[in-house]
Amino acid sequence: MTRFDALTRIYPRLEDKVVVTIMGAVAAELQSIGHRANFFYLQHAMGLASSMGLGIALSRPEHQVVVFDGDGSVLMNLGGLTTLARYRPRNLIHVVFDNESLLSVGGFPTATATGSDIAGIAAAAGVPRSGTVRTLDEFAAAFDEALNAADLSTIVAKVDAVGPSGYVTDLSMLENRFEFQKWLRQH
Amino acid sequence: MSPVSTASSRVIYEALKESGIRLFSALPETWLVHLIRMAEEDPEVTLVRLAKEEEGVGISAGAHLAGARSAMLMQNHGFLASINGIVSCAQLYRIPLLMLISYRGEFGERDPWQTEGGGVTEELLRALRIPFAYLDDPNHVRRRVQKAQTLAHSANRPVALLLCRDLMWEEA
Repeated sequence: MTRFDALTRIYPRLEDKVVVTIMGAVAAELQSIGHRANFFYLQHAMGLASSMGLGIALSRPEHQVVVFDGDGSVLMNLGGLTTLARYRPRNLIHVVFDNESLLSVGGFPTATATGSDIAGIAAAAGVPRSGTVRTLDEFAAAFDEALNAADLSTIVAKVDAVGPSGYVTDLSMLENRFEFQKWLRQH
Repeated sequence: MSPVSTASSRVIYEALKESGIRLFSALPETWLVHLIRMAEEDPEVTLVRLAKEEEGVGISAGAHLAGARSAMLMQNHGFLASINGIVSCAQLYRIPLLMLISYRGEFGERDPWQTEGGGVTEELLRALRIPFAYLDDPNHVRRRVQKAQTLAHSANRPVALLLCRDLMWEEA
């Protein structure tokens, strides 16, 4: 499974969701599939995408929030999983694309390459719904189940360590930030 | 009785409420015990207890974009631990982040382990170009909290209020 195919598969579900992504391949690929005003790409501050998602989910419980995270980023903020679990926002789905590497900086392996299990860590942190998927069908099914469950869910999607040729896109960070804020003000 | 001032903590808390804060993220530290308890007991606010302070930067950024006013309560060592988040989330994305930082390691500090952080706090705030003011007297707390919020929102930038020993601690 590639991350691009996984994002493409669930893209129709994201139309009305508040989406926060990490930097790098996830942001570039989602933008190439189709940027929307309700998508925010945190282009730095590795580890904080899930914290931003928590801040949004707690402030606006009427919105479904989806965070697209990565193994390298989650490993930088493992404590954040315990905070997520502690406040258990029912309107947050935490997707972790796990390619077992830091792809955008040379592909060096992360600890998930040697057995660290993010879904297991999330479950042990207290996230009520957590699991690992390895195929597109499993991923799409897990995402829909998480939407229907209306509870905090961590879905670890094992993906190939492949990405786009570049990471800088036409969308300026501040344009994205103010547009996203405006969308949240209007919805 | 803890020598942490309940009265000063109440003044600070009321000023934060008055300035519209409805979400606090916090990591406990001795001087913050009353403030955190006040937030915990207040049904009008959400208190997010952190594992590490940098998370609070992300939570406040999300809350801001979602339309909620928030503040971080942390020790200056928590500020040190949050610097990447402050720079590459709050500053990069122009987030009006209100940080209340207990200023440990200043004159009067008895805990040897607090003294290094005390010595670098202001220099780091200046290096990061984060506007800051001292809260060291209950009489100016309300105005300084309001003014900090006003600047944070007009500039879309992080600002800091340093909670000083003279305000927070009842012993010399």
